[in-house]
Amino acid sequence: MDWAYFLQQLINGLTLGAIYGLIAIGYTMVYGIIGMINFAHGEIYMLGAFHSLITFLICQAAGISGILPLTLLLMLVVSMVMTSVYGWGVERIAYRPLRGSFRLAALISAIGMSIFLQNFVQIAQGARVKAMQPFIKGGITLMESPNFNVQLSYMQIIIIVLTFVLMVVFSTLIAKTSLGRAQRACEQDRTMAGLLGINVDRTISTTFVMGAALASVAGMMVTLYYGVIDFYIGFLAGVKAFTAAVLGGIGSLPGAMLGGLLIGLIESFWSGYLTIEYKDVATFGILVLVLIFRPWGLLGKPEVEKV
Amino acid sequence: MSSLLTSARVTPAEIAKELAFFAVIAFMMSIMILGVETVDRPTGLELALRWDLVILAIASTLVGRLGLIVRREHMSRLLQAVLIVVSAVMVFEMFVRFRDMDDRWAAPVTFDMAFQSVTSVIVFVAMIAVVFAIAYFSASTKRVVTEEEKAQSISSRLQVAYRTNTKKIGFVGILFFFIFPLLFGENRSAIDLATLVMIYIMLGWGLNIVVGLAGLLDLGYVAFYAVGAYSYALLSQHFGLSFWLCLPMAGIFSASFGIILGFPVLRLRGDYLAIVTLGFGEIIRVVLINWYNLTGGPDGIASIERPSFFGLAEFSRRVPEGVTSFSDLFGIDYSSMHRLIFLYYLILILALVTNFVTMRLRKLPIGRAWEALREDEIACRSLGINPTNTKLSAFAIGAMFGGFAGAFFATRQGFISPESFTFLESAVILAIVVMGGMGSQIGVVLAAIVMIGFPEMFRELAEYRMLIFGAGMVAIMLWRPRGLLSFRDPTILLNMSKKEKVAGENS
Repeated sequence: MDWAYFLQQLINGLTLGAIYGLIAIGYTMVYGIIGMINFAHGEIYMLGAFHSLITFLICQAAGISGILPLTLLLMLVVSMVMTSVYGWGVERIAYRPLRGSFRLAALISAIGMSIFLQNFVQIAQGARVKAMQPFIKGGITLMESPNFNVQLSYMQIIIIVLTFVLMVVFSTLIAKTSLGRAQRACEQDRTMAGLLGINVDRTISTTFVMGAALASVAGMMVTLYYGVIDFYIGFLAGVKAFTAAVLGGIGSLPGAMLGGLLIGLIESFWSGYLTIEYKDVATFGILVLVLIFRPWGLLGKPEVEKV
Repeated sequence: MSSLLTSARVTPAEIAKELAFFAVIAFMMSIMILGVETVDRPTGLELALRWDLVILAIASTLVGRLGLIVRREHMSRLLQAVLIVVSAVMVFEMFVRFRDMDDRWAAPVTFDMAFQSVTSVIVFVAMIAVVFAIAYFSASTKRVVTEEEKAQSISSRLQVAYRTNTKKIGFVGILFFFIFPLLFGENRSAIDLATLVMIYIMLGWGLNIVVGLAGLLDLGYVAFYAVGAYSYALLSQHFGLSFWLCLPMAGIFSASFGIILGFPVLRLRGDYLAIVTLGFGEIIRVVLINWYNLTGGPDGIASIERPSFFGLAEFSRRVPEGVTSFSDLFGIDYSSMHRLIFLYYLILILALVTNFVTMRLRKLPIGRAWEALREDEIACRSLGINPTNTKLSAFAIGAMFGGFAGAFFATRQGFISPESFTFLESAVILAIVVMGGMGSQIGVVLAAIVMIGFPEMFRELAEYRMLIFGAGMVAIMLWRPRGLLSFRDPTILLNMSKKEKVAGENS
């Protein structure tokens, strides 16, 4: 067993998993509060990637791309804010009018929204793959072995640290603030929360905004990490992130992060040790196994069916 | 008719505030994606600014929002219609500007183009008129609608007419589809389009068994379609079996596939089932792409055998020795249309078989168990219905019809590749079923024509097709969340004819 290779796959898997985890949080929060699969969430992530790319290009044109922290901060803030507006808009246009309606209607509306956003970006920004120069180069060599050097790039450090910070901030937000309390209350019983004076509509909107902000950070990370994006990246990432949310137990925030990390690791190890072509099959296969033997996920609570 | 500014319910300040809010939203949504274009240059990505599009987006949002405010406050119909039309024109202008950016549209003006522009002006004016009429007549100036008024409205009268005459409507529809080739016999594209729509109608009817009757949300129906298509293509290529032998085999393969997939996952409920079926759909596609030796990978399988005339004759112009050609068999001149029309009738018959079987199954105990399971699973279980087996049967039968449609698709195209079996396809089929009104057979036909027929007719708008398709899906859901024909009547009623029930409900 080559430990260096193993370690490298572990690092790559954790980086990938952090990105999936950030997207998965959006799914899990929305599912927790209104019980629907926000199918357009993958497109929100794609929009986040595009916004950060465009912000970067603007910075470059303005000649401030040399100042690394400022550019990063601008990309982060701009893409979070702009993408949140999209998250808000999608909920307002496509989901809120259907809230009292039956579940499939909202799902179809979400699928329609997803197709719309994908094609909107395709028309507005072109169908070609957008590639950008590597922005943050270099890294630390962790371990040297005869045929292989384990690399931990600065970008990977940024991704993992940023994800960790965001997770802490959002967990505190949910656990400590009145906004978080309102969200948890709506999750338990929307009618009762409304009767007790919580503005349910606003709470749901905030949930979408928060999910979109996190997804846009994931989009930014992908833009910086891989350097190539196109209008179609949202679909597969969205499906995998949803898998992560289900794997971790839908409705549970730490579960989504754990699920994301696991999916990232599985994908990375599968492509490292087995075949790269079938890595998606591995992800879905695990989803199926989890759902059959533990439908409530790793950290979720089993639902009791009531009459 | 009160004017906009003297309404009792909203003050101008409130309107201004609301509009300002939406202007900010529109600005934030459009400033980057619309306002800045990333252009590929040899030196890397560069930016091009498009401020006009941002301004148009904001303006159309504002005008449209104003129209909605007028509508919400039940004010002037005319004003509302005008505002909505202006907003629509602005959106249209936005897309025209997108198009102008492509170089190929900057060609010099010729007579042909001038003629085209005259027709496009006519089409444009007609579209504006339609939008205006819809906005004008759908607006209500009265605030309260009583039950009595509701019953007298056009749509509810149409409902009663539809629900009491379902059989007649269905019969007329079938008749129309049967004489369709006689009307458009020489028009190749019309027959092609009708065949395509018919494939989706059949798929819709097949999925309707799973989603509409049994209430199982299946996002991976395309997997069964793919299994059917590939099993015909492979059987015919490797073993030289004819289409007529392979058709039932494709159905059996798909059905057994459905059973294998369904057995472990059908215990799951609702959304989980949806996501697992989606996963299976993707797995099948990935396997098709990567199992190069068997499926030819992304290249697909080409030159799949065309069907013969029930094994009696071939449709080609030159037939091998000892084989009759179709034109000789009937003593008519050869025409390349014969095969197309034959294919059309073939899929029509297949679709009608699907419909017939579904209608009969609904009356059997198993069909009633599906409908009951859809409504209340716990009640069914306590009445002794085995939910897993009942769901499995719906899943398998739905899969079987998907397999038939797949085999037909393979033989019609003559070429299949994993490209044809993406998630989008599943989404389209599901959208047809849900938009049609789940469980409604005629609704599926209507939705298939709207979703497949119309977009295919506007092929020149290729880039915008999927955009409009997505927006249309959202719009139809907002307008009629239960689908176009949304009546969930039980198939069998106790001690009452359907007519009496409908009459009783509306009186």
